[in-house]
Amino acid sequence: MSGPAGIPSAGVSEEELAHIAHLARLALDPREVPRLREELARILALVDEMNAIDTADLSPMAHPVETAQRLRRDEVGEEDRRELLQQGAPEVEDGLYLVPRVVD
Amino acid sequence: MHHLSIRQLKEALLARDFSCEELARSHLERLVRIGAELNCLVSLTEEQALAEAREADRRLIRGDCPALNGIPVVHKDVFCTRGVRTSCGSRMLDNFVAPYDATVVERARRQGMVMLGKANMDEFAMGSSNENSFYGPVRNPWDRERVPGGSSGGSAAAVAARLVPAATGTDTGGSVRQPAALCGVTGIKPTYGRVSRYGLVAYASSLDQAGVFARSVEDAAFVLEAIAGYDERDSTSVDRPVENYVSALEEDAGPLRIGVAREFFGSGLDPAVGDAIEEALSHFERHGAGRRDISIPSLELAIPAYYVVAPAECSSNLSRYDGVRYGYRSAGARDIETLYKKSRSEGFGAEVKRRILVGTYALSSGYYDAYYLKAQKIRRLISAELREALREVDVIVGPTSPFTAFRLGERAGDPVTMYRCDVYTTAVNLAGLPAISLPAGFVHGLPVGLQIIGDHFSEARLLQIAHRFQSTSDWHQRVPAGCE
Repeated sequence: MSGPAGIPSAGVSEEELAHIAHLARLALDPREVPRLREELARILALVDEMNAIDTADLSPMAHPVETAQRLRRDEVGEEDRRELLQQGAPEVEDGLYLVPRVVD
Repeated sequence: MHHLSIRQLKEALLARDFSCEELARSHLERLVRIGAELNCLVSLTEEQALAEAREADRRLIRGDCPALNGIPVVHKDVFCTRGVRTSCGSRMLDNFVAPYDATVVERARRQGMVMLGKANMDEFAMGSSNENSFYGPVRNPWDRERVPGGSSGGSAAAVAARLVPAATGTDTGGSVRQPAALCGVTGIKPTYGRVSRYGLVAYASSLDQAGVFARSVEDAAFVLEAIAGYDERDSTSVDRPVENYVSALEEDAGPLRIGVAREFFGSGLDPAVGDAIEEALSHFERHGAGRRDISIPSLELAIPAYYVVAPAECSSNLSRYDGVRYGYRSAGARDIETLYKKSRSEGFGAEVKRRILVGTYALSSGYYDAYYLKAQKIRRLISAELREALREVDVIVGPTSPFTAFRLGERAGDPVTMYRCDVYTTAVNLAGLPAISLPAGFVHGLPVGLQIIGDHFSEARLLQIAHRFQSTSDWHQRVPAGCE
């Protein structure tokens, strides 16, 4: 089966999978890679059913109820709830989120 | 008291036949006993429920009762509940206690509803069988070796088993209607924008919509009326008055034209389910409805388009889970990149990761036009076909699911096999339309769901039509064995 715009959709290569996993910030277990590639190939084959029709004359639809985005007044509506919000954080110190060292 | 309708409960509470606290206790007892067997709850909020019920009793004594004072409810664990864990069925949020209430939760409480717990669900609302939950699968009350459908499986099972009169859910590609069908209850997915998404953990924001499960259309109308309406905290919420859904039920619906699209009766449909739906269509005709055959030629493209749009939006929405601000954090990562990757890989389950990968792929450089843009164009086409058909007929009627509840594990081996469950439901989300699923028969002891689709903001009319069906049938009154 050929993919949209001539892109072969035999699925994703190991390199492509590694690339999108990195973009998605997911670490893949090497043992799950073959099965994942097979599943993605099947999903993309399903998605390729879209190519049954020509959509050149159609405009994309991003939103189901097409009304103009509402704007609110530029006023502060939220109170400061930093302490409450940080109660669920894995590691906090002096109101700051702690992460491993970024710059040496 | 677990068999009474919401209207009957309201009357009984007013007449002091029993107190709100007694009502809550009686439901909590069943939730502990039967609910545990079905695994339909992630959290039971007993203490808070009893406190809320006692407050409802005090309001009763004072004589200032909101519409649903003391009526028990279960919220799908996708809705944020202040001070109560909101897990979304995921290890990622297993330790997450929401700092605020979702608008749906807040409005239900303001109308007096007493929350008994949080319902199990497919992780981040991704699934059609409720087998993707970190907390294990939910079991179908009609046959405990079968799935309840998904993703709002816990809500559907709880209502079907008479553990609670009503429950909330969300429907992104069928997640209210399909479990309603498989569990034999009434489930409504309103028009996109009708119910606020504020505080609803996002999956695919242009498709997500909150809905209601109940045992009858009238009960569903009571709850929808309570939670629907404009909310300035959700920029996609529509500023339009909410109709009086309950009183609309008794109004004369006038002549009814139902559209039957042949694409809903294709080769994937279990013939026995098809027969039950045909019988329901005849039922409508016997009660005066006119029937017109219509066509939605691109319906079969709804699943391919949906499984691009939804994963694309999911990959973006779920990028917020980074192990830094809240939720799961992997131990021992020595740099920030590893922290992100390990937290996400350990915190998300297999199906969520698959959808994130598919979505990331569809949005990545070089593939955007071929996948994402193409899917959005097909979304336009499907939406146009549905809305065009709805100019000719009042509603489109067909099956909700191509088959009845399947066995646990039966479709879990292959994601595409699972995705095919949503063949009759995803088009409705792509177009943002309201739809309702009603019990309309049984096949080998398992419920069949009838789907009725209406035009934007036609909830009152939809409920009226569905109510008319339930007033002349008794499928919705059947009770699973062991839940009497």
